[in-house]
Amino acid sequence: MNLLVKNGRVVDPARKLDSVTDVLIVDGKIRSIGKLANADFPQLDANGLIVAPGFFDIHVHLREPGTEEAETIATGGAAAVAGGFVAVAAMPNTKPSNDNPSITSYIISEARRSSPALVFPIGAITKKQKGETLAEIGEMVEAGIIGISDDGKPVMDGRLFRRALEYAQLFDLPVIQHCEDLNLSQGGVMHEGATSARLGLKGIPAAAEDTMVSRDLILAEVTGGKYHVAHLSTRRAVEMVRAAKAQGMRISAEVTPHHFTLTDVAVSEYDTNAKMNPPLRSQDDVNALREGIQDGTIDAIASDHAPHHINLKMLEFDKAPFGITGLETAVGLTLTQLKLPLPRLIEMLSLNPQKIMRVRPWGIFEGSEAHLTILDLGRQWKFDVNQSKSKSRNSPFHGWDMKGKAVGTIVSGKVVYEDRK
Amino acid sequence: MKRKDLLGIQDLDREEILEILDTAETLQEISTRPIKKVPTLRGKTIINLFFEASTRTRTSFEIAGKRLSADVINVTSSTSSVSKGETLIDTARTLDAMAADCVVIRHSSSGAPHTIARMTKARVVNAGDGAHEHPTQALLDALTIRQRKGKLDGLKVAIVGDITHSRVARSNAHLLTKCGSHVWLCSAPTLMPLGGNDLVTTNREFLHQTHSMEEALNRADVIMMLRVQFERMDESFFPSIREYFRYYGLTRTKVELAKPDAIIMHPGPINRGVEIATDVADGPYSVILDQVAAGVAVRMAILFLMLGGQSS
Repeated sequence: MNLLVKNGRVVDPARKLDSVTDVLIVDGKIRSIGKLANADFPQLDANGLIVAPGFFDIHVHLREPGTEEAETIATGGAAAVAGGFVAVAAMPNTKPSNDNPSITSYIISEARRSSPALVFPIGAITKKQKGETLAEIGEMVEAGIIGISDDGKPVMDGRLFRRALEYAQLFDLPVIQHCEDLNLSQGGVMHEGATSARLGLKGIPAAAEDTMVSRDLILAEVTGGKYHVAHLSTRRAVEMVRAAKAQGMRISAEVTPHHFTLTDVAVSEYDTNAKMNPPLRSQDDVNALREGIQDGTIDAIASDHAPHHINLKMLEFDKAPFGITGLETAVGLTLTQLKLPLPRLIEMLSLNPQKIMRVRPWGIFEGSEAHLTILDLGRQWKFDVNQSKSKSRNSPFHGWDMKGKAVGTIVSGKVVYEDRK
Repeated sequence: MKRKDLLGIQDLDREEILEILDTAETLQEISTRPIKKVPTLRGKTIINLFFEASTRTRTSFEIAGKRLSADVINVTSSTSSVSKGETLIDTARTLDAMAADCVVIRHSSSGAPHTIARMTKARVVNAGDGAHEHPTQALLDALTIRQRKGKLDGLKVAIVGDITHSRVARSNAHLLTKCGSHVWLCSAPTLMPLGGNDLVTTNREFLHQTHSMEEALNRADVIMMLRVQFERMDESFFPSIREYFRYYGLTRTKVELAKPDAIIMHPGPINRGVEIATDVADGPYSVILDQVAAGVAVRMAILFLMLGGQSS
């Protein structure tokens, strides 16, 4: 794949690069960065646009195998590139769970066949994500997983989680935890607070996340494991991660756009598209997440894209499943809500996700795989869920006005998504 | 009535509440006639859609509709419709297609009536949703109190029991604080919701919380006891029925802390010897059966205001 990306503002903070120039891609790799006159290549005019290292969403649910009515690797991949992501990390809560190398291999081969985005599978920590015995982590690494997590089923057994943190070091794998003490959260369907009290809905206390983060940080320190906190949602959890980092621990954390954008008040009309886990929390928690983003406590923004078929989201609030789609709104919300300096934005959406997941790095340098995200920072647009490339429609952001959009996605030199005015 | 649906007391303002109570008072007389029926709602169809077991509320709505000459159909349904079979929304749309004028819904999930109301042309009355609201219960309680005390403002009302899981407590807290009563929510700390101070959004200064039954009952005008659900014991909200009764059961001795003319209320069905001693439940202060009678009048008023016409 050959392509000349012309006249974009090319930004890669890892290489201290920020200039209006051209990027030449030959055979899917970046050949050169610099002005090229009259080159005989297919061209992409990036005048007025940002050319950045391709964005990587490290927390998505692709639902294949097992729940293809909600999403497939193909449709999830299409949603990813439409949202500006060149790559996604797929959580293991498929049916069956990705707890063995044959499922891992299936996901990888199906992604090669049908997904415009790169798909990196995450394996389960324990067999069937049951939290009882370790899954065949090494076998899955051989097949291509880049991290392990039991995802929505946090490992409650502290001894087992300690083993996971230890064993994963054999493969330099990050251990990703959805932090929730299941005893404290049992039966809960939204954040516990004034809104849940008024609505008569069972609450998920902030303490369910806080106590788990606290336990895990201690175990991470004891073991030296590579610990990653998925979707932080509470003030105290942010503070604990900050303190652990100040001590020099090599841990990382992500946040979702919905957690830094919405509060539990969004549930007020029993909207099942405001139901996710961890739940939307208080304004104080939102403020803390934003502080954590600003000061670097939080490393990455990830969508926790969780498609569900509309039949399930049409159920009563307490019976509907947790989760919302997010691949196509993550970049827009980040640009609209946070106003981050461009280098920090690129760090949180591309460079840090690559580091956390220890993938072979890409960026804007000679020899890199040509994975690029092209941004139009001035683009005013409205998210229309009915135009979504995802198979599912469960987003609370339908009709939201956004400023700033990914308008081009390039994977290995191939333009897999383009939205020109 | 201006609004399409009656989903909760939280949505109503004081004037709307008083309109319902005043209308109920004028309709009460019908139930004392030898022929307890007026033709007001002839030709109107009311569907009682009950997803949760209920005898008294369903019967009360049925009698209310029939005394106004509406056609009342009872539908009892199970809630086990997850993922296959007919969903809540399909059920509602089906009933709407049959041109029901009003759907009265009781459901174990908080917010289920809101979902139905969004999907139907029929007017929706919430007959109790999960732990959220039970607006007609609060209205009948208010009517009972007003008829016994002559007013609502300035009264001290103690609501004692499992506040966390009680839709009756929530609706009463909204209604009584809006009407100027001081409401004292009283329960063990395990049965008081986090964020309980914010249970009401207006007139917050009228809402109080305590774990002490003595404090709640002291000089109270009204004592409202809530039903204890035995399964809460298995979840360790309290250690035993015996211990619960010791601290939060209403006995004759505790009644004496209240004003001499205090009334005792209970939404029913009562657990004798669990939240209320038998001699208290059957005693002279008890207005439990008045509440039942008021329930018919209040529900007639709501159906009349929603389907019939203007208040007098």
